[in-house]
Amino acid sequence: MPRTDSQLLPHLFRTEFGKITSVLAKHFHLRHIEVAEDIASETFLEAAETWPYHGVPENPTAWLYAVAKNKARNALKRISLFEEKIKSELNAPTDISAWDEIDLSADGIQDSQLRMLFALSHPALPPESQVALCLRILCGFGIDEIASAFLTNKETINKRLVRAREKLRTEKLTLDLPDESALVSRLDNVLTTLYLLFSEGYYSETRSALVDEDLCEEAIRLAKILVEVKSTNLPQVHALLALMYFQSSRLKARIGSDGDVVLYHHQDESLWNREYISLGGYHLNLASTGNRLTKYHLEASIAFWHTVREDTKEKWESILQLYNRLLQLEYSPIAALNRTYALSKANGLEEAIAEAQKLQLTTNRYYHSLLGELHGTIDTRKALAYFSEALRLSKSPAEKTSIEKKIDALQRRPAAIKR
Amino acid sequence: MDEYALIMRHEDGMKVASPEQLQIWMKQTMDWIGGIAAQNKFVSGTGLPFENARVVDSRKMVTNGPFGDIKETIGGLIVVRAASVEEAVEFAKGCPVLQGDGNTVEVRKIAKDDGIH
Repeated sequence: MPRTDSQLLPHLFRTEFGKITSVLAKHFHLRHIEVAEDIASETFLEAAETWPYHGVPENPTAWLYAVAKNKARNALKRISLFEEKIKSELNAPTDISAWDEIDLSADGIQDSQLRMLFALSHPALPPESQVALCLRILCGFGIDEIASAFLTNKETINKRLVRAREKLRTEKLTLDLPDESALVSRLDNVLTTLYLLFSEGYYSETRSALVDEDLCEEAIRLAKILVEVKSTNLPQVHALLALMYFQSSRLKARIGSDGDVVLYHHQDESLWNREYISLGGYHLNLASTGNRLTKYHLEASIAFWHTVREDTKEKWESILQLYNRLLQLEYSPIAALNRTYALSKANGLEEAIAEAQKLQLTTNRYYHSLLGELHGTIDTRKALAYFSEALRLSKSPAEKTSIEKKIDALQRRPAAIKR
Repeated sequence: MDEYALIMRHEDGMKVASPEQLQIWMKQTMDWIGGIAAQNKFVSGTGLPFENARVVDSRKMVTNGPFGDIKETIGGLIVVRAASVEEAVEFAKGCPVLQGDGNTVEVRKIAKDDGIH
């Protein structure tokens, strides 16, 4: 895509910040991760200050790498002087010496990002910190952007990042990859982090569509690093990628002309991203080997069925059985509610209503929306009661609007007027 | 919250069912378990196929079993979470195995590893 000069730098920031930081972190170790981040930031600042006067260099990326390398060497000199004199014993165990050549080749970058991904997904870090650090270090998100991604303020994010960096130090985390025996279980942590990152983008309701798309794209980009490396090119990673491609294929169709959320049944199918749907299929195929069935396999298969618009018996029966298995593997309220919706399509409304009432999710607004939906055609009065409760529990304006629309439609029905 | 095993017993495991009937049972069982899992009450479970079943007796004699003299056979078991035996019994009542005459579901509390049980 051709970009104007003013668009170039923000674009490069997004794509290169994480690469530079990851590579430099190998030399500064995780306990000095903020130095690596600072050098990457200063590099872009220098570009912003000099490019307007001297023109954009012929190879902007190479320019950034060269400047970052220089700055890193200077910083390393200062730090090593300090550490030699004061605390020489502090050298954390790692297979990379600070003075090795700073490797910003494609392989070097990939290796660094992979190590960083594993380090930031360490179970010692709380999940929300993992995602925040990932966004900051690997995706080059600014504090503002992370704050809007988490629907919170800058201060909260700053505190979270400070605490997370402290944890990196106190837990003495390194950028060493886990050995082969621990790799698969640690990979599960990495997948969880990427899944959280993706969900943060996909399931939010009150953010700008742009941020959502960025978060989903970043999760996909990082997952792709995993399948490019032999030791982590495993079926469960392909399953997660398939899930992310299938889901993101509908991102554009989800946003209405006035910024409101367009529900699945009302989406304009021509806005579905066909390329993503076929990429999802490609990765689901690659996921279908080995003998470990993960929740990503099940969720990807469910997501696949949602790319089939037509309501067939086979579709809903398949989705129901996938949810049945998913819930056995890992319970979540949203899966329980979706399973009940699939049940209504496969086995009928009556059975689904009976099962829904057993779910005991009375404080969950989606629970009331689901029951409202299920009662819609059989008992308008009850449907209205459920939707009113959902409205009371909902927080975001977009969600309130969509529930109000449903209530409005129900009240217009002749059956409702009679009562 | 305690854990209970729901043990499904068949009156006659050898009774041959049609493929269509088997498919319906399969679906009903999967929906039954899915319904328990949707309440976050499912712990674990497994079917116990009759194929290749053996019985070893006190003389170490091995027979193809558990059929023959024994009328009842165990077809599978699941473990659920329940606040009381009554709640576990409610889950058991939904078990599709009970559609067969003479079939039963036995509800047994799982012993806790607490040094008392």
